[in-house]
Amino acid sequence: MSPSLREAGLFAGLALLVAGIFAWLGAAYGVRMLAEAACYAIIALGLTIQWGYAGLFNVGLMGFVAIAAFTTVLVSFPVNDAFWQGDGPVMLGQVALTLVIGVAVTILLSRSTRIGLPKGLRTALTLVAAAITYLAVQGQLDPAATLIEREAGFVGGLGLPVWMGWVAGGLVAGLLGWAMGRITLGLRADYMAIATLGIAEIVKAFLKNADWLTRGTLTVSPLPWPVPTPQELGFVASRSAYLAVTAVMIVVLYVLLERAWHSPWGRMMRAIRDNEVSAAAMGKDINRRRLEMFIVGNFIIGLGGAALITFTTIFDPSSFAPLNHTFLIWVMVILGGAGNNLGAIFGALLVYVIWIMSEPVAVFLFTTAEQWGESLFGWEAPSDLYTRALQMRVFVIGLTITLVLRFAPKGLLPEKVVKYD
Amino acid sequence: MPEAGLLAILPMNEIVFFLNKVVIAGFIIGSVYALGAVGVTLIFGILRFAHFPHGDMMTAGAFVALVLLWIFPGAGAAVGLPTAFVLMPIAMAVTALFAVGLDRTFYRPMRKAGVKPVVMVMTSIGVMLMMQGLLRLFAGTGTRQLYVDTDAKDIYRIPLGGRDLVITEPQLLLFATTIVAVVALHLFLTRSRMGKAMRAVSDNPDLARVSGISIDHVVRTTWLIAGALAAAGGTLLALDVTLKPDLSYNIILPIFAAAIVGGVGQPYGAIAGGLLVGFSETLAVFNWSVLLRPLRPYLPEFIEIPAKLAFVPTEYKIVVPFFILVAVLIWRPTGIFKGRVNI
Amino acid sequence: MPLLEMTNIHGGYGGANILNGVSIAIDADQIGVIVGPNGAGKSTTLKALFGLLKVGEGSVVFDGRTVTNMAPEKLVLEGLSYVPQEFNVFPTMSVEENLEMGAYVRRDGFRHLIDQVYGFFPPLKDKRRQPAGELSGGQRQMVAIGRALMTEPRLLLLDEPTAGLSPRYMGEIFDRIIAVNKAGVGILMVEQNARQALALAHRGFVLAGGQNRFTGTGAELLADPDVAKSFLGGGADHA
Repeated sequence: MSPSLREAGLFAGLALLVAGIFAWLGAAYGVRMLAEAACYAIIALGLTIQWGYAGLFNVGLMGFVAIAAFTTVLVSFPVNDAFWQGDGPVMLGQVALTLVIGVAVTILLSRSTRIGLPKGLRTALTLVAAAITYLAVQGQLDPAATLIEREAGFVGGLGLPVWMGWVAGGLVAGLLGWAMGRITLGLRADYMAIATLGIAEIVKAFLKNADWLTRGTLTVSPLPWPVPTPQELGFVASRSAYLAVTAVMIVVLYVLLERAWHSPWGRMMRAIRDNEVSAAAMGKDINRRRLEMFIVGNFIIGLGGAALITFTTIFDPSSFAPLNHTFLIWVMVILGGAGNNLGAIFGALLVYVIWIMSEPVAVFLFTTAEQWGESLFGWEAPSDLYTRALQMRVFVIGLTITLVLRFAPKGLLPEKVVKYD
Repeated sequence: MPEAGLLAILPMNEIVFFLNKVVIAGFIIGSVYALGAVGVTLIFGILRFAHFPHGDMMTAGAFVALVLLWIFPGAGAAVGLPTAFVLMPIAMAVTALFAVGLDRTFYRPMRKAGVKPVVMVMTSIGVMLMMQGLLRLFAGTGTRQLYVDTDAKDIYRIPLGGRDLVITEPQLLLFATTIVAVVALHLFLTRSRMGKAMRAVSDNPDLARVSGISIDHVVRTTWLIAGALAAAGGTLLALDVTLKPDLSYNIILPIFAAAIVGGVGQPYGAIAGGLLVGFSETLAVFNWSVLLRPLRPYLPEFIEIPAKLAFVPTEYKIVVPFFILVAVLIWRPTGIFKGRVNI
Repeated sequence: MPLLEMTNIHGGYGGANILNGVSIAIDADQIGVIVGPNGAGKSTTLKALFGLLKVGEGSVVFDGRTVTNMAPEKLVLEGLSYVPQEFNVFPTMSVEENLEMGAYVRRDGFRHLIDQVYGFFPPLKDKRRQPAGELSGGQRQMVAIGRALMTEPRLLLLDEPTAGLSPRYMGEIFDRIIAVNKAGVGILMVEQNARQALALAHRGFVLAGGQNRFTGTGAELLADPDVAKSFLGGGADHA
């Protein structure tokens, strides 16, 4: 079977599946599912750049999604007047000033060997300056945070258009990627995985606990949409409009990525991924190229993450579970076919549809099992059976990962090997 | 007595507080990390990949102990120790066999296929998710106690000038187990034929193979040890606090940090690394203003001691192992004990 | 009957063949030396013999038994032993532990063998508690050969045992190899220092392009002007 026929067949099958869901559960449900799947597809494109193109092992997707979503809230959520009229902005300004001065002093000290200071002294001074900066910022921030939380709840947003929020979210995710990449890209994949997992947990801890900034567990909602909301247009029309926006984003990203992939730059990236040693021997600056990929990938992941959270209309820092935002996307990418943009999109749509459908299926299975168990053996099911049933999905995701890696390591739509002349 | 005089001028109250909150607490959590990190570092040394489900393996070991507890609730009362501790050796054996089974089912086929290390890591992440799913499916997400009614959780208080040094029975058992495990591991690695073969494979797998060392046996032994120690760590942690099914990510990061700080592939390094990470965590979240308070009369008026002066707020504890990890990776990627595995 | 008979060996890594018909035969108690230019397939021949890469065609007969493509850990039991060119010790383990690892397949006592190795390589006795990775290059080579001797092999395979050693150590290692051979162990080694090696060889094999080019006794090959011209660098002594 030729690759294009295979693609057509797989997408046709997917379309049938989606049509069936529309018929069964109604258009409002179907469009919601597709819109969310489209957001996941954008994130999957970002990951396929990192993993499929550059072989970078990012298991901290959740962190990048969360930071981008938060940035969107900060940029596009309506302005909180209570905050701007109080002392909060001034106090935060002071914190920022302290931070800038402290960082500047620390950086200057870390370069002080140039004016002849011995290395040991330099390190000691730098550490002391960093510690003082940290304590000073912390000391100023605490009262500011308390004040803001008491008077205004949280800082609110800037009230700018949503698309600006998304782009800003992507940029911040890219920036975090730059910082992470500087540290981890030279390391072997295991260490990179550990480090990215760590940064994701830290971002989550920060967003969850910085109530003055994010409202923490109180959550922020409703997030503004780039298109008219369901209240204005009704569910189907409004969600369709949202789906159209994300679909356009996917098409634009897809075209750009395909062009990049077939350009000399893309060829170089493949060379680096497939044979690091010889690429280095040819004088390619591997870590720099990888850093580029990591940043671009994180930008796209941030974009998709911002769109996803905006669609759900609620920013809840505790909802950023590694399962939904990291490993689900990993399954999408490796099942779809790493290194194949179409594969990533296909994988995202298919896996998300299955994921969504698996919830009622799991609950159905477990309720049936409960009834049978009760009537036949007098088994008394635990009261939290419903939540437990959902854990079955975690198992299935893990099983899918191991099975795909073992039996279909190239995925359903394998990367097309480009022939060179 | 001169000691009494010394005791009188020392702020014993604060010092004991420090000992309780930092030294003892750090040693406890550090021991748990060490028991996990030894397994991680051995697996890394022999099989060359980071084993992500290790935290879940610890939890699984504790759950095995819990199940045994339901089956033999009277075992502890007979010897006068917590029942779960008495049953721990069985839990360790079960978990060790489980770890070997895990290898047979998921890792060995990948190894035979000669996949890249990164694919092994991803497989291990898949296994981690499966274990998490199963654990929560069978155990729910609530916390549980590893004590039965007949167990008395003994608490020892050593009075030291005002405040008591507090240490509980499970903590003592944890110390004892860690020390026994370290000594046993040391003897195993330096005296026994299989232990030396493990070091040889970790040092130079190709040469080990041409020397006629069976890699399969070594791999099996590695999983047995890693599984048994993980079960011990998990059970003792659950005895000390509670048994939580969702420990996974929270414990795997410090464990990796410990293994990397200690130098990957170095069991002694992992133990030192575990303790280092444990102490760093307790030091970082410790409220230093308690120690500064006795200095109040000697400080000038304008310096005020804040009510809370910790390096890191408790909510951000996970930042500590991460920073240790990143710092080591940047400045000394081979770890303090120079790991054998190249970056 | 020869102890080892490799006949018309073809093989290589992945698709490309490096060996295109190599034949080696040596008797028990002999020293065989394989020389030739870089890329001739010398080390590859040893690896093919020791089961470290797949032999596509041809046969390996050791002591009357066909051992083609047998796994290394089995060949050790057959009486073969192999010393790789690089990474041939366990660096964090002590000298004595390295030797013990060599005897890993033995279930009987091996104390006398360790003493025998110390007899061949006296410097190791003083360093027996020291990690092998901390020794000098020549001493590390002694540890590597000693480790391989611990199985009491009948044929010892050495891949460039003197690579990177100073002339003084080179001579010492060659002397020890002769001593080992005198004790009844057959030797098959690959060498860059062709002249010195052929000088002590009972059988010499000159490979080029993965095939035998010249075969004879060491003395014959050294005397052959064609060999000297093409493979021994004119007549100048490199040592």
